[in-house]
Amino acid sequence: MNETHGDTIMRVENLAVHFPMGGGLFGGQRRWLHAVDGVDLELKRGECLGLVGESGCGKSTLALSLLGLQAPTRGRIILDGHDVSGSAGKDRKDRARFAQMVFQDPYSSLNPRQTVRTTLEAPLRLHGVTSRSEIDDRIADVLKHVGLRTDQAERFPHEFSGGQRQRIGIARALILRPKIIILDEPVSALDVSIRAQIINLLLELKETLGLSYVMISHDLGVVEHMSDRVAVMYLGRIVETGGWETIFTNPQHPYTRALIAAIPDPFSRTTGVKITGEIPNPLNPPTGCGFHPRCPEARDICRIPPAPLLEAIAEDHLVRCRRVGEFA
Amino acid sequence: MKIRANLLIGGVLFATVILAGILAPLLAHTDPVMDANLMFAEEPPGGEFWFGTDAQGRDIYSRVLYGARISLTVGIVSQLINTVIGVCLGLSAGYWGGWWDDFVNGLTNLMLAIPSLIFALAIMAILTPGLTSLLIALGLTNWSFTCRLARASALSLKSQGYVQAAKVLGYGDIRIMLTQLLPNMLGPIIVIGTLGMGGAVLAEASLSFLGLGIRPPFPSWGSMLSDARDQITTAPWISVFPGLAIFMTVLGLNLLGDGLRDILDPQSRTRRA
Amino acid sequence: MSQKPLLEVENLRIDLSIGDTKFPAVQDVSFTIGRGETLGLVGESGCGKSITALALIGLLRHPLSIGGGIIRFDGREIQSLSPAQMRQLRGDRISMIFQEPMTALNPLSPVGRQIAEMFVLHKGASWRDAERQAVEALASVRVPAPERRVKDYPHQLSGGMRQRVMIAIALACSPDLLLADEPTTALDVTVQAEILDLIRDLCAERGTAVLMISHDLGLIANMCRRVGVMYAGRIVEERAAEDVFRAPSHPYTSGLVASLPLLGARARQGRHRLMEIAGVVPPVAAFPAGCRFHPRCRASTEICVAADPEVTLLPNGGSVRCHHHE
Ligand SMILES: Nc1ncnc2c1ncn2[C@@H]1O[C@H](COP(=O)(O)OP(=O)(O)O)[C@@H](O)[C@H]1O
Ligand SMILES: Nc1ncnc2c1ncn2[C@@H]1O[C@H](COP(=O)(O)OP(=O)(O)O)[C@@H](O)[C@H]1O
Ligand SMILES: [Mg+2]
Ligand SMILES: [Mg+2]
Repeated sequence: MNETHGDTIMRVENLAVHFPMGGGLFGGQRRWLHAVDGVDLELKRGECLGLVGESGCGKSTLALSLLGLQAPTRGRIILDGHDVSGSAGKDRKDRARFAQMVFQDPYSSLNPRQTVRTTLEAPLRLHGVTSRSEIDDRIADVLKHVGLRTDQAERFPHEFSGGQRQRIGIARALILRPKIIILDEPVSALDVSIRAQIINLLLELKETLGLSYVMISHDLGVVEHMSDRVAVMYLGRIVETGGWETIFTNPQHPYTRALIAAIPDPFSRTTGVKITGEIPNPLNPPTGCGFHPRCPEARDICRIPPAPLLEAIAEDHLVRCRRVGEFA
Repeated sequence: MKIRANLLIGGVLFATVILAGILAPLLAHTDPVMDANLMFAEEPPGGEFWFGTDAQGRDIYSRVLYGARISLTVGIVSQLINTVIGVCLGLSAGYWGGWWDDFVNGLTNLMLAIPSLIFALAIMAILTPGLTSLLIALGLTNWSFTCRLARASALSLKSQGYVQAAKVLGYGDIRIMLTQLLPNMLGPIIVIGTLGMGGAVLAEASLSFLGLGIRPPFPSWGSMLSDARDQITTAPWISVFPGLAIFMTVLGLNLLGDGLRDILDPQSRTRRA
Repeated sequence: MSQKPLLEVENLRIDLSIGDTKFPAVQDVSFTIGRGETLGLVGESGCGKSITALALIGLLRHPLSIGGGIIRFDGREIQSLSPAQMRQLRGDRISMIFQEPMTALNPLSPVGRQIAEMFVLHKGASWRDAERQAVEALASVRVPAPERRVKDYPHQLSGGMRQRVMIAIALACSPDLLLADEPTTALDVTVQAEILDLIRDLCAERGTAVLMISHDLGLIANMCRRVGVMYAGRIVEERAAEDVFRAPSHPYTSGLVASLPLLGARARQGRHRLMEIAGVVPPVAAFPAGCRFHPRCRASTEICVAADPEVTLLPNGGSVRCHHHE
C-alpha cells in the first residue's frame, strides 16, 4: 500500500477514542464512552476541511487525538506518509512541528503571565532554535503575518482586545512553521465585526503559507465560507462528507439537512427545523442508526443494528444513512 | 492604587523584626549568651537595661533582638521547605491525576488528621534538639494546606487553553508545570506561605517552651518564656518582652498574608486590567 | 386608548459612575414596542444592549443608574414606581431571560418549585395549585416528561433544557413584555432553533411583546419585524428587519451585514473577501466626540468628528443617525 500519497497530507483510518466511565476501585460496571467511534478522514494539501456537529459529538476529542494529546483506542493516523498512531506523547515534539492548533477562547488560551515574546520564543528554543537573531527574525516574521506590530511583542495578553488575542494565538500556532493547523471554533468567541478579520486572515495565511486546515465549527455560515471539504459528525461518527458545494447545495443525510435548516434565515420569518431533542448520551447510544430518535425520516429499519455504513452515493460524496435517496 | 492598611502595618511589623534580627550585633548592648551577671539579676526595665534582666542577669533587650534571628530562620526556612514539598506534591498530583493523585491525597488527609504540632513534637523527640532538627520537624509537618491549594489550582488550570497549547507545542510535563501552571498559582501560595510562616514562628516558640526546640542558653523567644515561668508574678518583664515579640511577628505575618491576598487576588487583578 | 404602545422609551440615558464622574453608557435611546410586537436590538458586545434591558426592568445597580429620559410601560412611568410596585411588575408583566440560565436559576431549588413560585408570588395561588401549574408550564415549553422534570435541580439539566425552564418561569404569568437577552448564544444551532420557535409560538399565543437582544443579525432579522442597531450606547439605525439586510443605511449596519458569512452566499456569488470593521467598540469612558462611530467608519469626514449626527427619518420608514447615510 502506498502511504506516501502525494496529495494527502493527513489520513485518518478507523480512528476511535473510548473513555472508561464508572467502575474503578469498588467494583461497579466499567463502561466505555465512545467519544470518537471509527472515523475516516482525508486532508489534502492546501485544503480546509470543515468539521461540523453539535457539541458533545466528539469534535474536540478527534482534534486532540490528531495532535497526539489523546491516545486513540484504535485506528491509524498517517501524517505525510508516516504512521504516527499509538505513540501519543512520545513524538509530541515531532508532531508539534507538523501540526498545531488554534483555540476557541482567546482569553483562556494565552498564559496571562507571559508576554507575547515569551509565548513565541519558548517554543522556538524548545525546538532547537537558539540564535538570538534567528529567534528575533522569526518572531517579527510571524507577527507581521498575523497583523501585529513587533513592538507589541513585549506586552501581556490583557493589554490586547479579543481579536488581537486570537491573532496572538494564531501566531503561536504558526511559529514552528507547521503544515497543518487545527482550528477549534476559531471565531465563535469573537465579536461579529472581528470575526470577518480573523476569517480573512486565516484564508490569507492558508494561501501564502501553503497551510492545510481542519476547522471545527458549529457556525455553518463560516464553514461554508472557509471550507473546501466538509465532514458532518454525529455521536462520534462521520455521517456525511463531501465537497463544500455538495454538502451545502445537495445535502443528503437528514442530520445535515436539519443543521442547515436550523440556521435562522434573515429573509424570512420562519424556521425550517425538522429535528427536536438533543444529542443522546454517548454512553448509551441508540441502536442501529444513532440519529434515528431525532430523525424526521426514520423508519423501522433505522432502529435495527448494525449501524449503517458510510457509503459513496456519488464521487466524493459519502453518506451514512440506510434510506439515502428515498427522500426528496 | 491605594495601599491597604493591613499590608502596610503587616509589612512594617515584619520589616522591624527582620531589621532587628539582621542588626542585632549592632543594636544589642551585651552578648546574649555570655554576659550573665548575677549581680544584676531580675533588674526591672530602666535606664541601663531597657527591657530589664532575667534570673541570670542577662539583658533581655539584647536577647530579644538575637531571638528574632532564630525565629525568622525557623519561620522562613521551615515554611520554605513546606512550600516546596506542598507545591511539588500538589502540582504533580493535580496535573497527572491517577494513582499518584490518590496517593498524594491520602497522604495529605493523613497529615491533616494529625495535629502538626503533635507530629513535630514526635519528630523532635526522636531527633536531638537543636536548630536543624527544628527546621526538619517544622518543615515536614505543615505542607498539607499548600499541597491542597496547589492541587486544586493545577486541576482548574490544566484545562485552560494555554496549557493545551503548550502540550501541542511539544512541551514536556515538567516544563508545563513549571512554566504554565506554577506562575499562575503563585499568588495564593505566597499568601498561604506567609500565613504559615507565622504559624511556624508560633510552633517554634511552643516547642522551645516545652524544652524540645532551641536549647538554653541560646535566646529563642520560646525558651525565654519557658525560663521565665517561675518569675511571671515577681518579674513579669522577663516573659512580657519575648511574648510581645512573638505577638508582633505573628500578627505582622498574618496582616501581610491578608494584604497580599487582596492584591494577588486574580479578580482584583482583572479589575485593574 | 388601546392604540397606545405597550412600552415607550424616550431619550433614555444610563450613567456609568467611575469615581466622581458620570459617563453616558447609553444616551438618547428612544423606541417603542407595541402590544405583541417583537423588536430586535443588535450590536457588538459592549454597545449597551444588556444595560438598556436592565433599565427597562428596573434592575440597574451601582455603578450604573438611569440618568434621564422616560420609560413608559402601559402608560405608567416606571421611574416613578416604588421598589415594591416595581417588584410586582417584574415577573408578572415584564420578565427577562438571560444568556446563561444557570446564573438566573437557584441551584438549590428544584426547577418545578422555581416555576411554582411565580404563581404563588404573583397570582396568589396555593403551593399545591402552583406545583400543578408548574407541570403544565414545563409541558408548554416542550420539556419531555414534565412530571418527572419538575423535581430536577438546574445542574441536572442540559443548557437547552435550562433555557426552557427559564422561559417557563418568564412566561408563567403571561407577561406583556419579555426581555430576551442573547437567550440562545450559548446553545447549539439545532437547540437554538427550537428555543427561538418556542419563544415565537408562546409569545404569539399569549400576545406577549418581545425585546430580542442578540449580536446575531441573521437571528434578529428572522425573529423580529423591526430592528434597532446599537453602537456605543446609541441606536444608530432603526428599520424594518428586511431593510436592514437589503438596504442598510448606517455605515455600521452595512459593515455588520457585509462582515457576515451568510449561509448560501458562497454558493450564489463565489467566495469574496468579507468586509472588516477596523478597531473595537470603545469603553464607555472613551466614547469619541462627534459621531461615536467615526474612528471606525470608512465614510467619515470632518463633520463626523465635529458634530454629533441627529436622527434622520428615512422615507420608507425607520430612522438613522448618520451625517452620510445611504
Ligand atoms: N477526558 C474525557 N473523559 C471522559 N469523557 C470525555 C472526555 N473528553 C470528552 N469526553 C466526552 O466525549 C464526548 C465528546 O466530547 P468532545 O470531543 O469534547 O465533543 P465536542 O468537541 O464535539 O463538543 C462528550 O460526551 C464528552 O463528555
Ligand atoms: N456593572 C458594570 N460596571 C461597569 N461597567 C459596566 C457594567 N455593566 C456594563 N458596563 C459597561 O457598559 C457598557 C455596555 O454594557 P452591556 O450593556 O453589557 O453591553 P452589551 O450587552 O451590548 O454587550 C460596556 O462598556 C460595559 O463595560
Ligand atoms: Mg469542543
Ligand atoms: Mg450583553
